[in-house]
Amino acid sequence: MTEQTQNGSANGRPLLEIKDLKKYFQVGRESLKAVDGITLEINKGETFGLVGESGCGKSTAGRVLVRLYEPSGGEVLFGGKNIHEAKGDEGKVLNRKMQMVFQDPQASLNPRMVVGDIVAEGIDIHGLAEGKKERLDRVHELLETVGLSREHAHRYPHEFSGGQRQRIGVARALAVDPDFIVADEPVSALDVSIQAQVINLMKKLQRERDLTYLFISHDLSVVKYISDRVGVMYLGVMVEMAPSEELYANPLHPYTQALLSAVPIPDPDVELERERMVLEGDVPSPVNPPSGCRFRTRCPYATEACGHEEPVWREVSPEHWVAACHCIT
Amino acid sequence: MATVNGEAILSVDDLRISFSTYAGEVQAVRGATFDLRRGETLAIVGESGSGKSVAARSIMRLNPESNTIVRGGEIIFEGEDLLKLSEKRMLDIRGPKIAMVFQDPMTSLDPTMRVGRQIIESLKQHLGMSGRQAAERAAELLELVGIPHAEARLKQYPHQFSGGMRQRVVIAIALACDPQVLIADEPTTALDVTIQAQILELLRELQERLGMSIVLITHDLGVVASTAHRIAVMYGGKIIETGTVREIFYTPQMPYTWGLLASIPLPTADRSQDLIPIPGTPPDATDPPKGCPFAARCPYAMRICEDEVPGYTTFSDEHRAACWLHHQMAPNVERPARITGAK
Repeated sequence: MTEQTQNGSANGRPLLEIKDLKKYFQVGRESLKAVDGITLEINKGETFGLVGESGCGKSTAGRVLVRLYEPSGGEVLFGGKNIHEAKGDEGKVLNRKMQMVFQDPQASLNPRMVVGDIVAEGIDIHGLAEGKKERLDRVHELLETVGLSREHAHRYPHEFSGGQRQRIGVARALAVDPDFIVADEPVSALDVSIQAQVINLMKKLQRERDLTYLFISHDLSVVKYISDRVGVMYLGVMVEMAPSEELYANPLHPYTQALLSAVPIPDPDVELERERMVLEGDVPSPVNPPSGCRFRTRCPYATEACGHEEPVWREVSPEHWVAACHCIT
Repeated sequence: MATVNGEAILSVDDLRISFSTYAGEVQAVRGATFDLRRGETLAIVGESGSGKSVAARSIMRLNPESNTIVRGGEIIFEGEDLLKLSEKRMLDIRGPKIAMVFQDPMTSLDPTMRVGRQIIESLKQHLGMSGRQAAERAAELLELVGIPHAEARLKQYPHQFSGGMRQRVVIAIALACDPQVLIADEPTTALDVTIQAQILELLRELQERLGMSIVLITHDLGVVASTAHRIAVMYGGKIIETGTVREIFYTPQMPYTWGLLASIPLPTADRSQDLIPIPGTPPDATDPPKGCPFAARCPYAMRICEDEVPGYTTFSDEHRAACWLHHQMAPNVERPARITGAK
């Protein structure tokens, strides 16, 4: 928490610098603007939470950051180097330093491989173990680190429960000793009691190994709990970014306010007294996003001017950024 | 039980449902007793595999006929046991009297059929309306569930609707014959939060206007807190605690309910403290434990918990829990302090 936010930029530059990142997909003759210019920095040892509804571009952004996609514009610097220009050995090193944990542990583990081989795949590719013995020792150590036992190395993914499979996914990511992990909805497919197990595990590993996380989720309570800073995305752009406590205590953008207000709180008395801001309608298509402010079609405060005035991305208080329109002073 | 908030419209008594599979008999529901009162929302809460959906589907008799085994119990609706009705009699109940809304609106709509026809179908079938009458009523229904331009929308196919709008269509179909009971199985789980808020609002509104009774199946305690009147908590095929929403959230009596409440990150949670997960995994339904289903994961488990199923202890007119800790010989265990809103 505090020790995490303190370091980072203190020792020079942030671990990750994302500048005006864009990712478009070609859909027939049109282009779908999944990510349309996001700028942020992620510091070493921190957890940056990315929230938003389906289709807002949060997963695409995460995938561009670990080089699964080439960006359509902008750049990503990792330790000062542009990751999408790295080639050969340099690229391989980056692949090792940046790992990903996926949402559906069932779909992201090869059903025909035993867990030991799944976990060791990265070790083999990057030649991190000399000889069979060392390889096996590392696998055992990794399984124990994530709360499984060494006997599990010989079993297949289908023999595990959802929570255990997600632990295997985490072990696989850790196997190559990464600096940065993108976790894309890592607990969404799990039951609440199991969710807490995986979240606690991720927090523990971060403390022990000084990991940096990009935590992508649609669950605002989980994101708040795990993240140091949170960014809110809507239709490919970032609408607000602030330290976690600040964002939840003092949301400025109407979309952030609506999103927070829509989350049901597991406390009946609180729910009874809550004034809810229910948004009308649905998210427009990212193929043809609204002009000016993208949120204006659902914004309760929208005026005519919102159709041609682009909101300005600015820092309204220390570390609190917002896509500022007329309703933010 | 049924005296406090009016009469029971549906009573489920000691329901036991199994499935025969290659792996053996899966005992999905192992004795569930609850009732639904007129005009209320009863939430059945539980994790995957707890039996909540199977119990709900049994009311509609929607479990696959080929491998479902009814091991016992009854479901009384209008003086009759639904489990014993003929399939033909069931047709008069399924839809007109008890309707259901499922989790994924895309799979419950026919992608090759215009939305209008999907609504009109049941109006003609069950209410014997003429084509014109049914079309008018269908437009009314779409307006009722908040879909604008109803006439034009009726001519469209499901893929032309967004996720939230599709779920509204599904609700419109469920309401077509003015059912007394609506069973909603994770109706908002596939939707984004802002859309979820719309749908929950709609359900509340419809309940007020039409006086329906709702069984809400969900794993999301936030959704429960904002919509339900009473809660039944299921675990390992059994209902381990029932009570009013306030009783379950503020004075829960069973360690599983404690664990469930403690493991959700609250917006007000202190980030420096670890969440309190429930260790281990749920029981295997092909070989369920002999005693309390939660015993293997329960931090307070005693020897008897593993050997014998606990009976219900009653705490108020509504509140009961099945736990040996409430036996007079059991040690006194304090409810952990860190439970949602614990006052």
